[in-house]
Amino acid sequence: MEREKVIEVRDLVKRFGSFTANDRLTFDVYRGEIFGFLGANGAGKTTAMRILCGLSRPTSGKVTVAGIDSHRPEEIKKRIGYMSQRFSLYEDLTVNENIELYGGIYGMTMKEIRPRREELLRRLSFTGYGNTLILALPLGLRQKLAFAVALFHEPEIVFLDEPTSGVDPVTRRQFWEMIYETASRGITVFVTTHYMDEAEYCDRITIMSEGRIVALDTPSALRQQYGTASVEELFVKIARPQRINA
Amino acid sequence: MNAIEAYNITQRYGRVTAVDDVSFSVGEGELFGFIGPDGAGKTTLFRIAATLIIPSGGRITLFGLNVVSNFRELRSQIGYMPGRFSLYHDLTVEENLNFYATIFGTTIKENYHLIEPIYKQIEPFKKRQAGRLSGGMKQKLALSCALIHKPRILILDEPTTGVDAVSRTEFWEILAGLKNEGITIIVSTPYMDEALRCDRIALIQEGKLLGIDTPARIRNSYSRKLYAVSHPDRYRLLLALRSLPQVVSPEPFGDSVHVVLRDDADPAEVKRALEGAGLSGAIIAETVPGIEDVFLELMQKEV
Amino acid sequence: MAFVRKEFLHIFRDVRTLVILFGIPAAQLLIFGYAVRTDLKNASIAVLDNARDNVSNELINKLEASDFFTISNRLDSFDEIDATFKKGKIKAVVVFPAEMSATLTREGHATVSIIADASEPNTASLVTGYTSGIMNDYSATLTKQITSGLPVIIPDVRMYFNPNLESHFMFIPGIITLVLILLSALLTSVSIVREKEFGTMEVLLVSPLKPWQIIVGKVAPYFFLSLFNVIIILLMAWFVFKLPVRGSIALLIAECMLYILMGLSFGILISTIVDKMENAIIITFMGLLLPGLLLSGFIFPIENMPKIYDYVSMIMPPRWFIEIIRPIMIKGAGFEYVWKETLILAGMTLFLIVLSARKFKVRLEENAR
Repeated sequence: MEREKVIEVRDLVKRFGSFTANDRLTFDVYRGEIFGFLGANGAGKTTAMRILCGLSRPTSGKVTVAGIDSHRPEEIKKRIGYMSQRFSLYEDLTVNENIELYGGIYGMTMKEIRPRREELLRRLSFTGYGNTLILALPLGLRQKLAFAVALFHEPEIVFLDEPTSGVDPVTRRQFWEMIYETASRGITVFVTTHYMDEAEYCDRITIMSEGRIVALDTPSALRQQYGTASVEELFVKIARPQRINA
Repeated sequence: MNAIEAYNITQRYGRVTAVDDVSFSVGEGELFGFIGPDGAGKTTLFRIAATLIIPSGGRITLFGLNVVSNFRELRSQIGYMPGRFSLYHDLTVEENLNFYATIFGTTIKENYHLIEPIYKQIEPFKKRQAGRLSGGMKQKLALSCALIHKPRILILDEPTTGVDAVSRTEFWEILAGLKNEGITIIVSTPYMDEALRCDRIALIQEGKLLGIDTPARIRNSYSRKLYAVSHPDRYRLLLALRSLPQVVSPEPFGDSVHVVLRDDADPAEVKRALEGAGLSGAIIAETVPGIEDVFLELMQKEV
Repeated sequence: MAFVRKEFLHIFRDVRTLVILFGIPAAQLLIFGYAVRTDLKNASIAVLDNARDNVSNELINKLEASDFFTISNRLDSFDEIDATFKKGKIKAVVVFPAEMSATLTREGHATVSIIADASEPNTASLVTGYTSGIMNDYSATLTKQITSGLPVIIPDVRMYFNPNLESHFMFIPGIITLVLILLSALLTSVSIVREKEFGTMEVLLVSPLKPWQIIVGKVAPYFFLSLFNVIIILLMAWFVFKLPVRGSIALLIAECMLYILMGLSFGILISTIVDKMENAIIITFMGLLLPGLLLSGFIFPIENMPKIYDYVSMIMPPRWFIEIIRPIMIKGAGFEYVWKETLILAGMTLFLIVLSARKFKVRLEENAR
């Protein structure tokens, strides 16, 4: 059975002057997949991510996201969601206001937003929290809400940047369960992270080093291939030798 | 004499209790880790230990000196690295190091042997402004700065946050080297897997200590038999496990789901039940609990 | 638009922005409305009455009776004028010639000198204008009384210190006053708050450095930079605007150093109460720029304002500094004329230094999260 590709990258090259940040990247991401994107600082991870999110254009190569070519970034942006650990919700706004703002940005009317908002709050067992300031919510709840908000406009792909680093183990489990559930609904989850134990949760991971993809497979297959007990060891093994003087 | 003795440390901010009745001791030359999520009170505790905050309650001594009343004597013996690396972004690597050497009344030369293994790695960039360094290099520079006056104790608040895995591995290797020099180190981290690098660890959550011991004994303290169940469709697996009466608290864990079985139920029975639910080929095997499993168990006990 | 709405929500939740949004215009209106008076009220003048006859007496009475003037001094000789002006309180001296009455009847006219302190050109023009007006009125009544000939009192206006009424005589000392305090307060507060924001302050505090060492270390460079700045401004005043310093340069520089020190301690004080650079900047500007501009007497004489403004301005260091450097620069006054103001400024500086040193903590103050 041929799985549907939602991200197709062919020979992606991105140069900044004489510096090649991305060197002929080629990979596919499938519908409903949890895809981990790993790399050391400066490996070109952020650059590639920006291109996939429609924030930057490739120097050469072909990139298609949700069926849209990277030369139409505005269209891409409508079909993706984004959540980062650092910024997600406005702390001085209430839960409802954040949701309404987000819906409004994606061109939804209040009429469309309201029922969906209630549904979202119900699903998170957040009913009654609508008028609470984000500031007053515990970290774990904020994180879950931020994820739900990133999915509010029903994107085809959601990009997560270190989604569960620093949260407590219980919240973390709940969060990954939300991610599984999202993927099971056919939404692709694209995770970038520094933390290799986050990578263990992904269906497939790719490791970047010096602008190239040096590994791409399921975590277990990669662990077997390199004979390591964890993705962390594996990552250090792959990424370390190349950066004596990085 | 212990390097740190802390008795019933409590810190309140208004109605919020950031640190709640925490007691611990750290031996000289020990590498001691505080493991806990963001907001657990690690930073507050470290600031108290670094003489920066007077606790609302409790008593803490470093090398027998009280951090509140003897803070002046203590400050020259402490190497403190706050959560955000504490570097001057507009100064070069060398200028930063020089500055910290000067304010602690020493020179780079005097203690160069101590920082050499770390500083050598960033020395090629010594003319570069600190703001333009990568996370890993900033981390090493900040550590060099904290070490330059040859402190007896290093207080490192989340030194590995925001740094890539390679740099983190290198960083822990450096800490092991410093420990061999006889320097006491307390370090905090939200990453459970880093616990194994420490001599002893304290698990901390919502200002309270959940447990203190060596990583091995912490892992052994897990009270039940733990199984890892795996199947390609993890979400369905998770839901199926949750519906099984034999299974207690299934938790996603990397590419498997960790479960505890009720009343020593037979794992083969669980496997059959999963097959019955359409999840053929599910693998169930006993597994060694990790720090995170223990943390989860302890957290659930707290509640 | 969802985005516009969000911005409104941010603003309404943020008390500080609200205060800036509505508080500042209101405060400005109040200050400007009352402080900016271009008419004259109760200006202090002195008379040197060489005539002591009924004409001079009547004129003096007329001046005194008007709302514009208060005669607060009677001089005995011409030589006292210079010193009177250097003290700063008297805006003008009206000099009646000897045997005025006789001259008037004999020659039909007499000349009365109005000598104004033109180091404040605006006030000088107002004072001389109003004085001349009163004399002309009086002339008119005389003309009716005495039918023989046309006796007129001719006002002879002289602008002391600044004969051409150059406005930069006023604004150069003003600019120095304003720029110095703004710059020195801003630079120190921002540079200290930046250390807080970047987390470097934590390590400085943990180091064996004593608080005064941190403060001196932060302040010393800015002290010298500000001093250098003063010298540049003075050189520019001299070469570009042809405004020489009439008094002692050494005294001027010494006073500037005191004033810079004051500004720096102000900056430290600000840095002990705020955590963010933007707040340091806002507070410095709100706290120093407006009052410095309006309540220092730089542009608008404080005498013309309601009494309450006078009291408020007394706690404004710029007011005292301007009363120090204006006499030194323009009138050539020596220390004996400005020691009182210097003492006040020194007292303020000391107060600020003690206050900021006490507020500068050896530990972190954490806000409740």
